Amino acid sequence: MKQHSRTDAYTDRYAARAAGMVPSEIRALFSVVSRPEIVSLAGGAPYVSALPLDVIGDMIGELVAGKGAEVLQYGPAQGDVHLRERICEVMALEGVQASADDVVVTVGAQQALDLVTKIFVDPGDVVLAEAPSYVGALGTFAAYQADVVHVPLDEAGLVPAALRETLERLGKEGRRVKFLYTVPTFQNPAGVTLTTARRAQILEICAAHDVLVIEDNPYGLLGFDHEPMRALRADDADRVIYLGSFSKTIASGLRVGWVLAPHAVRAKLVLAAESAILCPSNFSQLAVREYLATQPWQEQIKDFRELYRERRDTMLEALDQLMPDGCTWTRPAGGFFVWLTLPEGLDSKAMAPRAIAERVAYVPGTGFYADGGGHRQMRLSYCFPEPHRIREGVRRLAGVIEQELRLRDTFGGVRPSDTDGVHTPGPDVV
Amino acid sequence: MELGHIVVLAGGLSYEREVSLRSGRRVTEALRALDIPVELRDADSTLLDSLTNDPPDAVFPVLHGAAGEDGSIRDVLELIGVPYVGARPDACRVAWDKPTAKSVVRRAGLNTPASVALPKEVFHDLGAASVLDQIVSSLGLPLFVKPTRGGSALGASPVRDARELSSAMVGCFAYGDAALVEQYVEGTEVSVSVIERDGEPYALPAVEIVAAGGLYDYTARYDAGDTEFITPARLSPEAAERATDAAVTAHRALGLRDLSRTDLIVDAAGEVHFLEVNVAPGMTETSLLPRAVSVAGLDLGPLCRDLILRRFT
Repeated sequence: MKQHSRTDAYTDRYAARAAGMVPSEIRALFSVVSRPEIVSLAGGAPYVSALPLDVIGDMIGELVAGKGAEVLQYGPAQGDVHLRERICEVMALEGVQASADDVVVTVGAQQALDLVTKIFVDPGDVVLAEAPSYVGALGTFAAYQADVVHVPLDEAGLVPAALRETLERLGKEGRRVKFLYTVPTFQNPAGVTLTTARRAQILEICAAHDVLVIEDNPYGLLGFDHEPMRALRADDADRVIYLGSFSKTIASGLRVGWVLAPHAVRAKLVLAAESAILCPSNFSQLAVREYLATQPWQEQIKDFRELYRERRDTMLEALDQLMPDGCTWTRPAGGFFVWLTLPEGLDSKAMAPRAIAERVAYVPGTGFYADGGGHRQMRLSYCFPEPHRIREGVRRLAGVIEQELRLRDTFGGVRPSDTDGVHTPGPDVV
Repeated sequence: MELGHIVVLAGGLSYEREVSLRSGRRVTEALRALDIPVELRDADSTLLDSLTNDPPDAVFPVLHGAAGEDGSIRDVLELIGVPYVGARPDACRVAWDKPTAKSVVRRAGLNTPASVALPKEVFHDLGAASVLDQIVSSLGLPLFVKPTRGGSALGASPVRDARELSSAMVGCFAYGDAALVEQYVEGTEVSVSVIERDGEPYALPAVEIVAAGGLYDYTARYDAGDTEFITPARLSPEAAERATDAAVTAHRALGLRDLSRTDLIVDAAGEVHFLEVNVAPGMTETSLLPRAVSVAGLDLGPLCRDLILRRFT
């Protein structure tokens, strides 16, 4: 019997859009990250253990006992109307005036991003994204075969002049830009925040070029130093589609996010959502609704802010003390992430296996670029590990970088050959 | 004999953890289908207590990478007196270190590509450029660079141009502190699995690997759909016999036990060249040993059960 087979016997059947969905060996390395021996500065998982779990447990128990027939039933495709009203109250903290009619509840903001991309992007369409940009967004754009064009950011967020230049260049090339995707506040992965002055400029430039803006704002309420920044959506309701999430302010496991869009777009999104999932989970939505109605949720967010502030401080202090010369990093004023740049000639992806061997994990910068950039960068997250583990993780990482510097000096800073592009992220990387 | 409690060990802390977990689940399911009570366990800090407090009849290690394949976990199993499937620790140590394994099989009469194994300190102390120049002038081109220890092609790459050698070394040193640089032999890439039956090593049909783009790297091994496997390999009857003989010779010369998988290149003249041997072969749905098992008309479950039962005969 002769057998002729492939690693994947279905290869010839897949749609073209599946071609971009490839895992990488980095993903394999991450399979060890869940082990307690590894200090993971990689994952972006919120510290849900800080929630009053017993109180939430009782609340959910009562919800099922009292309203089980509703909680365990299908619901409207647009999401529960009372939750949507609550969502408008949450967005009001960032200056957003919205009607519950224009909110669509989604399975995390990730699904909102998927729906928005699905209704706007044809294969080959240009989508603008910050450089670096959120890995989960790049995965979605790749799945819809968008052509991602990156626009640089700096410590003050997306650079307006670079945005203008990029739009002018693409205009001359006759290429239509479907939207700008941005995480303006406590950006994932860079940790930087778009300044107030630049917010106005970005909106003005996008208006001049008639480009939609997708504002992804999961970390907006997790600032350490001041009141929440005013959302882009607060100043342009017709141009900005806003994506929100309870993953970081309540719990990521509930998978409740939302999208706020102009009426016409909202109608399309509801149809798209219906065909994708019929409706979001009533169980999760009503749990969130009940939590917002009965629990001191704003106090809980304050607690989260304090917790993450302490961890941010620990990480920055450890980096200041331990990192070798030549490393630089951002100083986030909120959110979960520090973006570190390695000395010239070092490669964060090539270094990753050695880091795992030294029992520390991070996300190599290449995952946050659709164009092969990010080799000298890495994302470090401080949201999940306890402070003493953060310090230990940074200590291990500093040792790995020292070793890499020695290797660079030996071989003259060459980079290992690399064919990687965008990879679908695992939840541990997102 | 009726097997009462078998532990399949998978996972661990190596780079190949994910592959190992998939292999472990596959072996577990195959044994459970025969109504054998099987527990799938990670090799973590609770393992020893669990094995000593509730000793299983036997352990089936499916740990890839260090610890699983360098003999250390098996040393611990020897210490606590739990029977296990596969090679003994001393044999594992020899097979795991590729340059040492190459020396052993060469003495047993097999061809293996000319090579040099060097720790990264040598490059640091003597200057990388002059050492690399010497490697190219002695071994020629093309070359193949891989960590002296490790599997799944992690850190491995071909070098066709001398200018690529530095970057191949850097990629390799990310996965280990020593590199094996060997002559790249063009030919048909085949893998021959060996299992022991009635006390004798028995080679399964050679599996031919045709990787799209020519490189059977990590992605091609486990995920991409473009790698083709042809079993039995498209070799002349004489070359096929030489390949299976080579795998059995390597299994014997290295003192392996129960099962192994040997990777070989068969050149245009039909000569067989030994590359490396694996004492804990992959058992995933895309792995080579399960493919060979199926083409040989065997089933994975009974085969694994028989390997376990060998410990009690």
